[in-house]
Amino acid sequence: MKLTGAQILCESLLKEGVEVIFGFPGGVVLPLYDTLPQYPGLRHILVRHEQGAAHAADGYARATGKVGICLATSGPGATNLVTGIANAHLDSVPIIAITGQVSRAFIGKDAFQEVDITGITLPITKHNYLVMEAGQIANTVKEAFYLAKAGRPGPVLIDIPKDVFIEQAEFHYPDKVNIPGYNPTLVGHPAQIKKAAEMINNASKKPLIIAGRGVIISNAFDELKQLAELAQIPVITTLLGIGAFPESHPLSYGMLGMHGSVYANWATDATDLVIAIGMRMDDRATSKFNEFAPGARIIHIDVDPAEIGKNVRVDVPIVGDVKKVLNPLIKLIEKNQHIEWVNQLDTWRKEHPLVNTRIRDAKSLLPQFVVRKIYEVTQGNAIIVAGVGQNQMWAAQHYWYDRPNSFITSGGLGTMGYELPAAMGVKVGKPEEIVWCIAGDGGFQMTLHELATIVQDRIAVKIAILNNGYLGMVRQWQDLFYEKRYVGTPLSCPDFVKLAEAYCVPALRVEHKEDVIPAIEKAMQTEGPFLIDFMIEPEENVYPMVPSGEALSKVIEEPQKEVHKWSQQNTP
Amino acid sequence: MVPTKHTLVALVQDKPGVLNRMVSLFRRRGFNIASIAVGSCETQGFSRITFVVNGSETMVEQVRKQLLGKVVEVIKVSDITDEDIVVRELALIKVKAPATSRSEIIQMVGIFRADIVDVSPDSLTIEITGTEDKIESLLGLLQPFGVKEVTRTGRIAMLRGVQGTGE
Repeated sequence: MKLTGAQILCESLLKEGVEVIFGFPGGVVLPLYDTLPQYPGLRHILVRHEQGAAHAADGYARATGKVGICLATSGPGATNLVTGIANAHLDSVPIIAITGQVSRAFIGKDAFQEVDITGITLPITKHNYLVMEAGQIANTVKEAFYLAKAGRPGPVLIDIPKDVFIEQAEFHYPDKVNIPGYNPTLVGHPAQIKKAAEMINNASKKPLIIAGRGVIISNAFDELKQLAELAQIPVITTLLGIGAFPESHPLSYGMLGMHGSVYANWATDATDLVIAIGMRMDDRATSKFNEFAPGARIIHIDVDPAEIGKNVRVDVPIVGDVKKVLNPLIKLIEKNQHIEWVNQLDTWRKEHPLVNTRIRDAKSLLPQFVVRKIYEVTQGNAIIVAGVGQNQMWAAQHYWYDRPNSFITSGGLGTMGYELPAAMGVKVGKPEEIVWCIAGDGGFQMTLHELATIVQDRIAVKIAILNNGYLGMVRQWQDLFYEKRYVGTPLSCPDFVKLAEAYCVPALRVEHKEDVIPAIEKAMQTEGPFLIDFMIEPEENVYPMVPSGEALSKVIEEPQKEVHKWSQQNTP
Repeated sequence: MVPTKHTLVALVQDKPGVLNRMVSLFRRRGFNIASIAVGSCETQGFSRITFVVNGSETMVEQVRKQLLGKVVEVIKVSDITDEDIVVRELALIKVKAPATSRSEIIQMVGIFRADIVDVSPDSLTIEITGTEDKIESLLGLLQPFGVKEVTRTGRIAMLRGVQGTGE
């Protein structure tokens, strides 16, 4: 039986197990929208801006491990997706963006709402397609889902002209894909795994595991834990690796990098063997490349061969899926203790804790305190979706993530405004979970229109705005490196409580420490979404901090005068 | 990290946009592609591309890995710079050739084992095949006569012996 292109697309999406589409209609996707009611299994959530659709698909994908779907019309609809696609690309998130295109006869003629979206997204997608025949849709969708998820995941875009949605073709959904040029190596090379095991067993007194998002993508939580416990190896994570290893585990030493803990950064400096697992040696994590783990040999496990040796020298590269590498590796690992090394790290942690006395004793409302109280009230059972900047770092540092994959944030691209739409996607994907969106007042204003989506589609996201009236992270850099010349960073905000109420979202403002817990409890008790506007100390900075371009050993624990002398070359 | 000339040979699926994707990866790293030659190959539906780029060993290796892993249609990419290879390029050279200098030019064409493929009252068009050096030296010798136009294919390359750069 012949179906229209739009029907073939819907059928194909259902075959792939799609349940939700985050989208925004427009002229050329009308035939598709007109077809949607025939497929009640596909829930369409109307966003208020296409960027929100891409971020929501991204949040959905990170939370569920499934492919997230966003849909937009041609031209501005498609270009509005671009930031969200780039975000998914840098953080290896499997999303599929479906865009409408002008009818085939108009392509390349600057028709109304025409852009070359496959051209525009070429460097920020894993792959993209312009489908020129309805008969090609099923094949393309099959390939797109395979590519989005296989090996290192990433975004795939499918651009479909309006008349292709209408054209009829036979529907036959293929069983398998045939892409001769894409065969990711998933199983690690046995000789390399053996070499790594020998190094871990015999050649290291101070081993250190650095876990990245690859552990989460590969669902290798248990394997990582086994490896760490078997040989008693301390574990630190990257920002996106938070949630790969329980943070209350005695072998967990938090996050490394620019705003990582002192002990994690010192450990990286002191280790003699780095076991980097599913992380890409990002500059915010490693800081100065050639002074990263200076005394260590490096085992690097990653599914993407292009990441190996890209930024940091590697002694034992292992290309493969984290889980498929760790399983055989664990079998070769002997029980071991590294008592001296672990004691050393414990001492550093005791002497340089993340929560120092100043933060504990401050009279004013400090953001660290707010995050900590969200942790306490939710008993660590929430999924936290953070924005970008100071709020993100405080959320990363002061909530303790024990549950797998419980922290979701924009790492590589650092997209302000990611938090609210992504939290929306997380909640849609995991309706049984408590989802808290931790936002800054700056980032929140970039995508706050999604409050309307949350209300219309009854998505019960709890929102905490850490409101300091500044674009806080940029202000912090101006404070430290530009002699407090706050150019372009003081920020006037609307009354977020009134604004939330205008969107029919119940809200509270909190200005004093004693009101923090009752407000969070109120949010938890309220059904549906809730917003709290926390008026935090305006000029609070994020510490610890490694000045950009410096070695991790140069981590600065507390605000000191000398930070003002940091080099002017340090630009974000 | 001294930049050197690298010859990369890629086997790719013959689909729209492949070349664009590949070139885009070079562009992103700021590589200037010295030459690029594309054509069909022994298997239908596939093309073989020869790139010549300037870059350091590690940079070129990075791009090679990215081409292979990140451009879905790319089947294989080899850096054959240091291998035992046959390298050829074809050039068409249009040179001014009035009666006075014509015989001298024809003589040179003979020495270089090139061919004359078009003749007009005032010019000759020469086809030459060989290494870049050979083409350069013929061009150098023709320069005094007045070279009016040059078109070159860019380098194509192949491993010597039975070994191939394909599957």
